[in-house]
Amino acid sequence: MSRIEGVLKALKEQGRKALIPYITAGDPHPDQTVELMHTLVDAGADIIELGVPFSDPMADGPVIQRACERSLKHGTSLRQVLAMVKSFREKDDATPIVLMGYLNPMEAMGQEKFADGAVDAGVDGILTVDLPPEEADEVAPLFTARNLDAIFLLAPTTTDDRIRAISEHSSGYVYYVSFKGVTGAGKIDVDEVAANVAHIHELTALPVAVGFGIRDAATAAAVGQVSDGVIVGSVLVDTIARNQADPDQLKRALTDLLHPMREALDSLPS
Amino acid sequence: MKLTEEMLKALPDARGHFGAYGGRFVSETLFDSLMTLEREYKRLKDDPEFQAEFDRDLAHYVGRPSPLYFAERLTRETGGAQIWLKREDLNHTGAHKVNNTIGQALLARFLGKKRVIAETGAGQHGVATATVCARLGLECHVFMGEEDIRRQSPNVYRMKLLGAEVHSVTSGTRTLKDAMNDAMRDWVANVDDTFYIIGTVAGPHPYPLLVRDFQSVIGRETRAQCLDRTGKLPDALVACVGGGSNAIGMFYPFLTDESVQLYGVEAGGLGIDTGQHAAPLSAGRPGVLHGNRTYLMEDENGQIAGTHSVSAGLDYPGVGPEHSWLKDIGRSQYVSVTDDEALDGFRKLTRVEGIMPALETAHAVAYAIKLAASMDKDKVVVINISGRGDKDMQTIAEIDGIEV
Repeated sequence: MSRIEGVLKALKEQGRKALIPYITAGDPHPDQTVELMHTLVDAGADIIELGVPFSDPMADGPVIQRACERSLKHGTSLRQVLAMVKSFREKDDATPIVLMGYLNPMEAMGQEKFADGAVDAGVDGILTVDLPPEEADEVAPLFTARNLDAIFLLAPTTTDDRIRAISEHSSGYVYYVSFKGVTGAGKIDVDEVAANVAHIHELTALPVAVGFGIRDAATAAAVGQVSDGVIVGSVLVDTIARNQADPDQLKRALTDLLHPMREALDSLPS
Repeated sequence: MKLTEEMLKALPDARGHFGAYGGRFVSETLFDSLMTLEREYKRLKDDPEFQAEFDRDLAHYVGRPSPLYFAERLTRETGGAQIWLKREDLNHTGAHKVNNTIGQALLARFLGKKRVIAETGAGQHGVATATVCARLGLECHVFMGEEDIRRQSPNVYRMKLLGAEVHSVTSGTRTLKDAMNDAMRDWVANVDDTFYIIGTVAGPHPYPLLVRDFQSVIGRETRAQCLDRTGKLPDALVACVGGGSNAIGMFYPFLTDESVQLYGVEAGGLGIDTGQHAAPLSAGRPGVLHGNRTYLMEDENGQIAGTHSVSAGLDYPGVGPEHSWLKDIGRSQYVSVTDDEALDGFRKLTRVEGIMPALETAHAVAYAIKLAASMDKDKVVVINISGRGDKDMQTIAEIDGIEV
């Protein structure tokens, strides 16, 4: 059983929902990332999605675009991101780490080298935003052979046939994108999400985590109620942007944001 | 590799691949729209009503066929092969871009989409899109980098006059690459009612296929005109390559004619060895950007590199996947000329033939002059004059230190 599966299974047995924060590696500075990851765990994170910065993050809104720019200004490379995870693992070998990013930096490193490096660093899952399963037949076996979970996106526009096919290629969990748009945009329609996630649950046995549009305890609770976990990205990254000048204040601000979400999720009737 | 009609028919394959290139590397939200577009295009491609309307628009709205003109004085001054010009600059809106926007806007109408978005670099594709949207009564939004808005301001005003909303893109390098990012972002958010008219043969499948099909009218006409006027096929075709739509449109109908040499001319900027250029086929390596695998300009970490070209329309770090394939199999040759050489080409054609090419096109002109000079007098070189240069007045004047 992978670390991701283990965590999600344990949560399910406890009747709890996963809280999955996203931050971009190297933002605001590569030296701070590992500490911020520990802060997220202390504030209640079950799994961390760590963004690999890319120069052209087409699926992201301005908040995460700017995080990529801040990170790349310091020259953050995929190799360095793996080193961050390795360093995180020195103190935490329980919290699963999912690397989330775009295909080109991974290809530039070489897929096999990347997969080896990810395992060596202690990465648990890979989510490549611009890699649909149709294009993943060379990469997927590299991940499977190393027990790395391949996490794919589902969207409101995904047809039933594709939900089934994508789920077959996925392990760990599937990431349901709650609305049509880029990260950080739009307002989530909880009723629509509830209906769509219920439908996805009919088509796959994998846990369904929902991302895009979760910005506070209320939206986390509402989405948590109808899914297996919530992914929180842009609002955290925005908090990083606003508090980048003061590292201690930044950690407090992230905790203040995440902790109420944890509490709200844990107060849900199980 | 000798190409046959059968081989070409099989490309792109079912997943949109040209050999190792192409594909559909997009986030999940867009996937279904791309599948629908592919399905509908395949149906309409063979629909007589759709084809008749496309042909009628090309004839009576665009003004096709465009002439194949013998540049007699340029040929004499060059002192080598005959130089012929395929006059896409004479199309309505002044460039080849309109061939494709006519086709894609028809698709938008058949699909019932009321809102159109487009990216643009030099503004030619933006103008061509705004033009067809005005004619069909479609809402039009054009994404353009802040830097390109500055250097191609006449085209920005043209788009606005045509009723389009021009969105200034301030992220990244503020040029074509980032305009395409923002167009993709808009499309994800408005995928239900919006048709994305991509201006070049790049992007996710089926765009490289349908843009190539719509632009192939250039090569089909050239082939027939050349046979008619010279009694034989051309010996060499020369076209500039940014994303590569005018080049593929010119080359495609000649791919199985082994005797015809194909030259795609990339933007060498300040020189390939300076790194300040936009020539992924000459100096890049394969990677994935904007929905397709293709040659890219990138750093060792896979971050997309900044590009430089005097011409906004070539200032792009990627290229259409079919060109990447043609390069690898050796069917086309990809070369580059510098900003300065392109400017010389611009001045030469303007002064010797009274034809002012776009700065993009001037790259092809500059290379073709060198090429023709090295060939025998009985050979025929055809340059695709992909666009006219009026839009570049300001850039040229700035370089000359003149205020217009």
